[in-house]
Order: sequence, then structure tokens, then C-alpha cells
Amino acid sequence: MNETYFITQSNIIRKHAVMRNEKVELNNEIFVNFAAFIKALYKKEAISYPKFYKMDNLSKLGFLGAEMLLKDTAFLDRYRKEEIGIVIMNSSSSLDTDMAYNETIKDKSNYFPSPSVFVYTLPNILIGEICIRHKIKGENAFLISEKFDPVKVIESVKLLLDNDHAQACLCGWVEVLGNKFESVLFLVEKEKTIKEFNPAHEYSPFTIESLTQFYQNK
Amino acid sequence: MRPVYIAGDNIITSLGLTTPEVIRKVESGIIGFQKYEDHSLTPIPVPLSLVDTNLLTAKFREILNVRHPEMREEHFTRLEKMFIVSIHDAVKKIETDLYGSNSLLVISSTKGNIDLLEEGKKDFPDPSRIYLWKMADAINSFFGFVNRPVVISNACISGVLALSSAARMVDAGLYNHIVVAGGDLLSEFVISGFLSFQALSPEPCKPFDINRNGLSLGEGCGTIVISSEIKKSTLITISGSAITNDANHISGPSRTGEELAIAIGNALKEAGLKPDEVSFVSAHGTATLYNDEMESKALGIAGLQDIPVNSFKGYWGHTLGAAGLIESIATIRSMESNLLFRSAGFNEPGVPVSLNVIRENVHTPVQNCLKIASGFGGCNAAIVFRKM
Repeated sequence: MNETYFITQSNIIRKHAVMRNEKVELNNEIFVNFAAFIKALYKKEAISYPKFYKMDNLSKLGFLGAEMLLKDTAFLDRYRKEEIGIVIMNSSSSLDTDMAYNETIKDKSNYFPSPSVFVYTLPNILIGEICIRHKIKGENAFLISEKFDPVKVIESVKLLLDNDHAQACLCGWVEVLGNKFESVLFLVEKEKTIKEFNPAHEYSPFTIESLTQFYQNK
Repeated sequence: MRPVYIAGDNIITSLGLTTPEVIRKVESGIIGFQKYEDHSLTPIPVPLSLVDTNLLTAKFREILNVRHPEMREEHFTRLEKMFIVSIHDAVKKIETDLYGSNSLLVISSTKGNIDLLEEGKKDFPDPSRIYLWKMADAINSFFGFVNRPVVISNACISGVLALSSAARMVDAGLYNHIVVAGGDLLSEFVISGFLSFQALSPEPCKPFDINRNGLSLGEGCGTIVISSEIKKSTLITISGSAITNDANHISGPSRTGEELAIAIGNALKEAGLKPDEVSFVSAHGTATLYNDEMESKALGIAGLQDIPVNSFKGYWGHTLGAAGLIESIATIRSMESNLLFRSAGFNEPGVPVSLNVIRENVHTPVQNCLKIASGFGGCNAAIVFRKM
């Protein structure tokens, strides 16, 4: 586990700021609720992907995080689709959707369990959505942790990269519970990739210090 | 590569609370389903494989008295009791310290304590145990592991993924011993969801059979202790594993089986095995129309269509986050006793690629085995066990 890898892109989506490679892309002073926020961000990114509207909140957030992370990069062209791994962590798993689904079965006189809600009561559906969108077919893992845990994220990603289970990874933290949410995602690669799209962009080493610094950049 | 040995295990299902108990019943062809009409669990009667609550509680009390007489039974959920009984049994014959800085607990579960959302569970003293990490912390501190646990929740491949991740951690030298435990409960939440998908069979499931009509759900827990040092008399190692994603559909499997075949190919390659060196495949075999179809295609692509295969789900159903572990342990038992088990519920072939589904228990040398799993979100997993 001595190899050093590089964070080649980063993306942070929080209530009041959306950042890409440490630059603020959106300053959001007025926050109403998650639904309005995520819809506005989807519009701003000018993505056309009708399936987005069917997703639950966790998938919507992580999906947009991945879109912004991969935008204007040649990341997906550099690797075979089987070589890209995805490792995502959060605290409340799919609890946000679990509670919504539970409402549909609680009252026997108003009982309407729906398969399209039930399927999102698994956190790794988010990974599935990202894979479908970008045709990524490599290793997946969804981890649950009280807080963003850079040590465990690095451990999981390094186990993939060190042993060639993957050549590059999309990894990070995507958490949603009601109106509390946060997405912090990274692309990690073995080499410093070509700086064609952002010549001024610095590459951070994939270390606990860098991840902590990115995460704390509020 | 550092060897990763199987050092201990436990299975809890409707068939019993220990591996020997469960395997004895499998050997005699006993299956664990009952048709339940309990409306707090399911709106329509379906066959379910449920763990006996009285036996579980009695066993849990015994362990509580020995390990933590100061703690109270009401402070643990039904699933936590299952995890604790399972882990206690899996570690009890091991004399090495499993809780120190060289050790780790890995927990696999899809829904954890989801039953805490039910009205009837509102008085549970610690509602925050609905969080998987909080449940894992409670189990972790019950046994006194010094490291915080790793929790994996990746749909129906959770168990195989947890075992694969743990084996890679031991291989990389991060830990010497890892206790990997997977568990899930049957609750109204889970049963109503599968019913809404119209995925449940009205009769006990029939994996790979022409008349299969959906899956049957089961609950349970499985624990495997892996180690770089501790060995049992029959040496069995984890020699390779791989995970892939279909990138096709969130709730339906790949049409071609190509991505599961890639996982199988990568796992065999890492283990240094050719397809014809595999003695047995423990399939996912949920008995839904599409899963079994896809798996047969994947096994065909991987060159494994002639290798004896079964699905253990015919005995105790789909145990979700526990499935990968429980079915791996049953596979390890086949390796230890050179006995392959018939695929319960199977009569007439009904998948597009003809497979060698096991019809009768058979004594035969069992050397290298493959366990596979697939799940919602398009995920696939494969892991290879070798007898040294």
C-alpha cells in the first residue's frame, strides 16, 4: 500500500455552495428545501436525462455530483469500462427513502407499496444509476460510516488500485436525510492525467490529509 | 499473496442456530419454509423461512449471562441478537485474540434494524440503532473489538462483497483476523416491497426449474472468521474475488450475463484456476425468471455450464445481506466433507443455457469452489475458495 495515487477531480455539493476543483460554481444564499435545490442544480447543469426525475433524493444528489465531476474530463475515455471502480460511503444508508416507503405501508386502509419507491431503499442503487449513466462496469462498494471517514475511503480504493481490481476510481461521500445533505466526490487515478481542460489545476495526492482538507472546505 | 484461511463459521436460519445443525438438515433434505398468514408480516400468505424466536432468545440470554451480565436483553433488537449469537458461536473455538488492533469486524446487511420504523417498536430504548453503523457499533462493543467496524450495504451481493473486501484486507496485511458477519430480518417492510415487485413465489422457491415462479424470502445470519494465521484441520483459503456492475437496469439483471461472467473470470484468474478446475458452483439462484436465466448465461460464457451447481435458497430462501455468507459457509462444508448437496426445489431444467444442477446429494472430491451473487443496482460478485 505504498503507491501514491492522485485526486484528479473533485466536486462538493452542499446547501450553500457547489464547488468544482475547489472553485465555487454556485453560491446559494437562499435554501428552501432539497427538492427545489436539486431541481435548480439539475437545470443549471443543463443535463437532459429523463430518468433523473424518477430517482430518489440520494440518487439525484450523487448522480449530479458524478455529472459535475466527470464534466469536461476525458476520464471515461482513458479506461475500459470494466477498469473503473466506484466506492461510496454515507451515514444513513437509504433511510431518507426508507421512511418514505414506510409511509406507504403504515396505514392498512391506505396501503400502496410501490416497487419504484422500494427499489431505492438500498443505498447502492445510487452506484447503479451512475454506472448506467456512464456505462461503468467495474468494482462497486457502498460503505456505511457515522461520518465521512477518509481512512476507510482510502483503504477501500487502494485495495482496488494496488491489486489492479481497478485502474481508476470514483469515490467519496453522498449523504441525504430530509433537508440535510452533502455530496463530496473525487476521481482518483494512478497517474497525473493530461491537464488539457484545466491547465492551472493542481493535482493533490490521494492521502488522508488531502481528503480531510477537501472535505473541510466548507 | 498472503494466504487467507477460513478459521471459523456459523449459520443461523430457520433450520437451526449452528452450522452443523443446519447442514445436517440440508443433508436429510429438510427445507425451512412455512406459509405464514401473520398480517403484521405479510398481507397475503407466502412461504417464509423464519428463525425460531424462542430458541434465539434462549441462546442470546445464555451468552448475555456469560459475557455481559450487566446488560439487559431489551436493549438489543432481534437482528442484533442474531448477529451476537452467530458471532459468539463462530469465534468460540478460536483461542487467538480476535479483538485486538490486528483484528476487525465487518458487518453486511441490507436493511439492518429497519423494523424499528414499525409502530410496535417505538418503545425500543435506542431508536438511533436504525442507523447501520450504530447497530454495528453495538455489536462491536459487545465483543470488545478495539477497531471500529466496517459496514457494507450493497443489496444482495453485500455478503460476498463483505467477504471479498475482508479477504483483500487480510491479503494486504491490514489485519490478521477479520470476523465477517452478515444478517437481515424479515419484516413487513421487506416482504411488502418484494410483494409489490410481484417477485414472491406462492410455493417454496424452485431455483433453475422450468416451473419457478419467483423467490422465497428467508431471514438469518452468517459469520465467517478469516485469518492469515489460524487454520482448521481442512485448509480452505479465499483465493480470488471480483465485483462488477451491469450498467443496465437498477432492478433487473443483465440480459446477456456478460458482466457476471467478467466477475467470475476475474475471480478465477486471481485464484489461478481454469474453469475445468472448479468442482462446484454455489449459484445465487433466487428462482426469479430473469435472475436464473441471466446466471445460466453467465456460467455458460465463463465455461462453467458442466460444473455441478446448486442454489441453497431452496432450503432457507433468499436471506438478503446474509445470503452470501450463509451460502459460502454451506459451500465450505461441502469442501470439508466432500459432499455436494442437491438443489432443493429443482426438478426440470428451465434456463436457456443447460446447467449441471445437482439432483441428489453426491460424495465426490470437492477441491475448488465458486460462490456467485447478483443484486439490485446491477451488481455482481464472485469469490473462489480453494482446498489446500
